Amino acid sequence: MAGELPTTDEATQDSGAAPGRRAFVTACGALAVTTLLVELGTDLEAEEQAEGPERYDPREHYYGMGIDIDKCIGCGRCVEACKAENDVPRDAHSFRTWVERYVIHADGETAVDSPSGGIEGFPEPTGEAGVLRTFFVPKLCNHCANPPCVQVCPVGATFTTEDGVVLVDEEYCIGCRYCIQACPYGARFLHPTRRTAQKCTFCYHRVVRGLVPACVEVCPTGARIFGEVHRRSSPLERFRRFNEIQVLKPHLNTDPKVFYANLDGQVR
Amino acid sequence: MAGRSARRWVAAVPQQVRHLGAIFALLVAGLVGARQVLVPKTFGERGHYRAAAVDSIVAQEIGYAGHAACETCHPDIADKKGQSYHRGVACEVCHGPQAAHVLAPMDHKPPAPRERAYCPLCHGYNPSRPTGFPQIDPVLHNPVRPCISCHDPHDPTPPHPPESCAACHGEIARTKAISYHAELPCTQCHAVDRRHSVSPRQQRPSKPTTREFCGRCHAQDADSPPEIPRVDLASHGPGYVCWQCHYPHHPEAR
Ligand code: HEC
Ligand code: HEC
Ligand code: HEC
Ligand code: HEC
Ligand code: HEC
Ligand code: HEC
Ligand code: HEC
Ligand code: HEC
Repeated sequence: MAGELPTTDEATQDSGAAPGRRAFVTACGALAVTTLLVELGTDLEAEEQAEGPERYDPREHYYGMGIDIDKCIGCGRCVEACKAENDVPRDAHSFRTWVERYVIHADGETAVDSPSGGIEGFPEPTGEAGVLRTFFVPKLCNHCANPPCVQVCPVGATFTTEDGVVLVDEEYCIGCRYCIQACPYGARFLHPTRRTAQKCTFCYHRVVRGLVPACVEVCPTGARIFGEVHRRSSPLERFRRFNEIQVLKPHLNTDPKVFYANLDGQVR
Repeated sequence: MAGRSARRWVAAVPQQVRHLGAIFALLVAGLVGARQVLVPKTFGERGHYRAAAVDSIVAQEIGYAGHAACETCHPDIADKKGQSYHRGVACEVCHGPQAAHVLAPMDHKPPAPRERAYCPLCHGYNPSRPTGFPQIDPVLHNPVRPCISCHDPHDPTPPHPPESCAACHGEIARTKAISYHAELPCTQCHAVDRRHSVSPRQQRPSKPTTREFCGRCHAQDADSPPEIPRVDLASHGPGYVCWQCHYPHHPEAR
């Protein structure tokens, strides 16, 4: 081995000392990723990366979500990811996001179902005759700019942050369920053991670190788009420019920040 | 000097006003004290809420590391997947939340969904799915074998064009399989170019065109095994091709 040219060195290392090099590469990777996670700047939007929670300034952001009905395949991976990320109880009543199936019959009758929130997918509908249209609608808290739930909370335990996310103060929530009643979208539930109101946070803990919400991360078809409202370069604004946008229950003037594209008039 | 004039000033204030003043001062002190105790710390720092509540939400642990994290250590798989039909499917959809693996790869081995039941979550046929999304009938599509025995999960396009005609002509193959013609291979009656399974519409197989074709086995004087039933070509259904009366893939139906 001695006296060999430096160029062959690498080859010898490859076979002889592979574990060392492999460990080194792994360690480098681990280091890079640890810094990544500590620095916590990953994807989201190019120009707002490299933000840790300490350096995060909520006044510079205003979040919303887009949902493209034409792309949703009803696989329920968002429901699964939401429950895993946020430790949401795995019962049939606790959902921060869920997927509904609409089946519109020729006679105008509309059937909506959401078995276990769609977390295990959807069985083929029975009685298929006369189906006019059928599609999936993912739902979550609309993070209304004018949220009825915040107005009714008797102890001020639910609030809107400066970046437009509606959150619950778990320590001060008394579990009175007013907000659950007040939400026109059924987006809140009472945690079965903690007895406090819970809801989608837009994965606030991820967003302040520059990650997208878990449901957006796992959506295989890009049916969910997360980003800044009113920032031209954000993927959400692009989505809003290129699609005809609707919101749920616009007549209630809640001013939702979850925007739907290709939404059928039957959806409520 | 000042002390004396102040005392004189106080003495000049009527007693009832002094008492009221004391009560008022007590009330204000009480209110301020109560507010100090009752209003949560950090309330109002950023808005009409407890800033600490936001901090505790922000402190929540991350489960999904995000696909960008996986790509730094598994660039080969990320590259392969990035050029496949699964490019939009994040690693952690299939491998579960793996922030722990990212921090300590050797201590936390991510699971992989190898079982057949998994892929139909997305690919099982469902009429509510958008048309055009690749869907299969999990019962009929190459049954029993795990999906990953034919499809690489990181690049699912089947690497070899299908060899069996049944992969694409399932209906015909299944019909034929229970008919009198079950034993006849498809190629007995169709000359198929190899390229047909790659671009089926450009390379069309041949189809029988004459009565004599069937006659090769079924004519009275045909040189074929004796158990094959015979007809007299001249008198049996003359003027028509045989498949106007017999479906060739299920000839007993007429
Ligand atoms: C810090 C580097 C690093 C990062 C980041 C990383 N991995 Fe790994 N991963 C490894 C190492 C090292 C192994 C072990 C390889 C081996 O045993 O050959 C591994 C193994 C795996 C395995 C196979 C487990 C098994 O049982 O063999 C899977 C699946 C996997 N990683 C998925 C992921 C996913 C998904 C992500 C993104 C969330 C990810 N990895 C991020 C380093 C990393
Ligand atoms: C569609 C689901 C799916 C996606 C998406 C996916 N994997 Fe896998 N992965 C699997 C399955 C299934 C296996 C097991 C394969 C086997 O046992 O043959 C596997 C195996 C692995 C392995 C170990 C075996 C090997 O091939 O080295 C690693 C490492 C891995 N995946 C990493 C990743 C990374 C990194 C990503 C994202 C870039 C990713 N996977 C995305 C399903 C998936
Ligand atoms: C025996 C090998 C084999 C197995 C096992 C198998 N497939 Fe396939 N699959 C194929 C071949 C070959 C094709 C392409 C020909 C075709 O379209 O039928 C294909 C096509 C597909 C397509 C594309 C259909 C389209 O319309 O483009 C999907 C999706 C698919 N398979 C999913 C699955 C799933 C999910 C499983 C497990 C439940 C599975 N496959 C098991 C061989 C296999
Ligand atoms: C979370 C949803 C999801 C899961 C789980 C999933 N896929 Fe896919 N699959 C997709 C998407 C999205 C596409 C791309 C569809 C498109 O481009 O229209 C796709 C495409 C495919 C295709 C079509 C490739 C082609 O050449 O047309 C096959 C085959 C396939 N997947 C097989 C599998 C197999 C096998 C598994 C299980 C290991 C699996 N998929 C798991 C979402 C998924
Ligand atoms: C990759 C899928 C695929 C495979 C594998 C395949 N075919 Fe086809 N075949 C097709 C398609 C697609 C057509 C065109 C159907 C149409 O245009 O209506 C076709 C057409 C045909 C036709 C009719 C041609 C015509 O002009 O009407 C015959 C006969 C045929 N195939 C026989 C076979 C036989 C025999 C095999 C097995 C050796 C086979 N095919 C394998 C996809 C396939
Ligand atoms: C006994 C001879 C025979 C055998 C065996 C046979 N075919 Fe055919 N096939 C025919 C004839 C004859 C036609 C023409 C029917 C017509 O034109 O109406 C035909 C037509 C077709 C067509 C055109 C579409 C249709 O349904 O008319 C396809 C595709 C086809 N065959 C596929 C197959 C496949 C796949 C197999 C094997 C599983 C097979 N055939 C076996 C005789 C045969
Ligand atoms: C390679 C020889 C072969 C060719 C070519 C062939 N057959 Fe047959 N045919 C058979 C055999 C073998 C049987 C089954 C004999 C048995 O098991 O009783 C059969 C059975 C039949 C039967 C009898 C079903 C019954 O009810 O008893 C009909 C009808 C028939 N074939 C029609 C056709 C037609 C139409 C064609 C032309 C498209 C054709 N065959 C081409 C071999 C052939
Ligand atoms: C006008 C419609 C018609 C046409 C054309 C026709 N057949 Fe038939 N074939 C029948 C009917 C009806 C029977 C059943 C009556 C019978 O058993 O005599 C039959 C029976 C048969 C049988 C079964 C005889 C038995 O003994 O079980 C064979 C074999 C057969 N046909 C082959 C052919 C072949 C080969 C051709 C083309 C040369 C053909 N047929 C064309 C209508 C037709």
